[in-house]
Amino acid sequence: MTLAAAEKRLGWGLAAPALLWTVAFFVLPFLAMLALSFARMEGREVVAGFDPGNYIRIFTDWTMFKALLNSLEITVVVTVVSVVLAYPLAAIIAFRVPARWQRLALLLAVLPFWTSYVVRSYAWLLVLGQNGVVNKALLGLGLIAEPLEIAATRTATVIGFVHFFVMLLTLTIYANLIQLSPNYARAAADLGAGRWQTFRHVILPLTLPGVVTGAFLTFVLCIGDYITPQILGGNAELTLPQLIMLQMGRSGNFPLASALSVVLMAVVTLAYFASSRWLRLDRV
Amino acid sequence: MRALSWAYLAIAYAFVFLPVAVLVAFSFQDGRLPVPPFQGVTLDWYAKVLGDRDLMAALVNSALVAAVSSLIALILGFLAAHALARVRLPGSVLLRGVLIAPMTVSYLIIALGLLTVFNQTGVRLSLWTAGIGHVVINLPLCFAITYAAMGDHQKNAERAARDLGAPEWKVLALVSAPMLAAPLAAAFFLSVTFSWDEFIIAFLLTRFDVTLPVEIWSMLRSGISPATNAVGSLVFLVSVTLVVVLEVFVFRRAKT
Repeated sequence: MTLAAAEKRLGWGLAAPALLWTVAFFVLPFLAMLALSFARMEGREVVAGFDPGNYIRIFTDWTMFKALLNSLEITVVVTVVSVVLAYPLAAIIAFRVPARWQRLALLLAVLPFWTSYVVRSYAWLLVLGQNGVVNKALLGLGLIAEPLEIAATRTATVIGFVHFFVMLLTLTIYANLIQLSPNYARAAADLGAGRWQTFRHVILPLTLPGVVTGAFLTFVLCIGDYITPQILGGNAELTLPQLIMLQMGRSGNFPLASALSVVLMAVVTLAYFASSRWLRLDRV
Repeated sequence: MRALSWAYLAIAYAFVFLPVAVLVAFSFQDGRLPVPPFQGVTLDWYAKVLGDRDLMAALVNSALVAAVSSLIALILGFLAAHALARVRLPGSVLLRGVLIAPMTVSYLIIALGLLTVFNQTGVRLSLWTAGIGHVVINLPLCFAITYAAMGDHQKNAERAARDLGAPEWKVLALVSAPMLAAPLAAAFFLSVTFSWDEFIIAFLLTRFDVTLPVEIWSMLRSGISPATNAVGSLVFLVSVTLVVVLEVFVFRRAKT
């Protein structure tokens, strides 16, 4: 055996366990789910076959399609609001906070990241509820006469999501800003650019890949999340993950749940291609 | 402009800390509801939570699943990164793509796929099946972090060890792994925190023994209570301690 061939064999041998694991517990399950999405329910029995009925139902049954729309609307709003709030925060930490305090400032800004995900949504419920801190404070200050109905609405879901993703995006955007050489801004200033022009034409384009990567991650995590809408959103409207869980749990309709999951994944794939020009997943 | 920046910073921090502050404050509530008015300080809820058998069992389960699944993900990810960084394999871009792919898929879909397969093959749900799911989500992370950390410096040291007659497992254990100690530790602890806090996979793939997030979830279903605040505060305390320890001992050392 030549040296190169021996090297290659060794390489395959070392990569094999990870590849086998990924194929066995990720690729194959996904294919099984894809196959199941074309099956039918007869009573409580799953009948295998190639029936596009589940997909037709998703796009023609209004409650199903509405869930998809709700998910998309919430996710887009959350992504945009989170980027708009996180960018200035990251910029202030990167450019205004003295260098030796920056790490601490960043660590503090993302500290609530480390509360349990389930508990964080629950905590927002306490803050936004009918008798919650926000309502009690506003009533006490005489700013409102009646408690605001925030909990169990879409607004609560969005607030809970934005809280989480502002932290995530602050991290990724800060990492981008801090890598920029100050010479770019200096050069722009020398050429007579104002603060806004420098930001608009120099800083923003240079940090765009980082922003898009963070926004894509936000999109993926947000649209697939069950916990936040389930705890904070109430039952007035459903998101796609809630509908999937409902189909699995109460109805035991695995084929339909599978089809809904495939649609969810298709949406994420579309988002990936839409942003792939700027995406740098290897640099997260 | 400067004042505006500091004001924005203050508001942002207030927003970020508001739920955590409320959570912790009302874990000391001397009353049945964790909402204003604050009725005084008590540690009863902590005593209740620490004496709760189910909760403590779930906590141990979570720690076990997190430690074991992260270790498996780390070893598999490290070996694969080592192979792909060193040897030119045909289709290595595709291989990297396959290994990274689970990162871009919702946990719900990963869980549902595994549940489908486990149902069809008659595998009983347990902490092990949840652990398998956690390896799936953490393997890409461990692979990516170690792969990114491997450089030429590494390769030269490994080549030198091989030229001196070290067998491959010795190169891996005595040269590569120690040189990558910091990224390996970072990957491991990140995996532990993800697994520790993961809900949907653990919820769908466990049955009788559950992990902590699933147990907290079932607490939530019986309404709001300061006991939930106490659990949440304890989890937060543990995680923050872990982060501070990491920051001081792993990342700071890695920089010097």
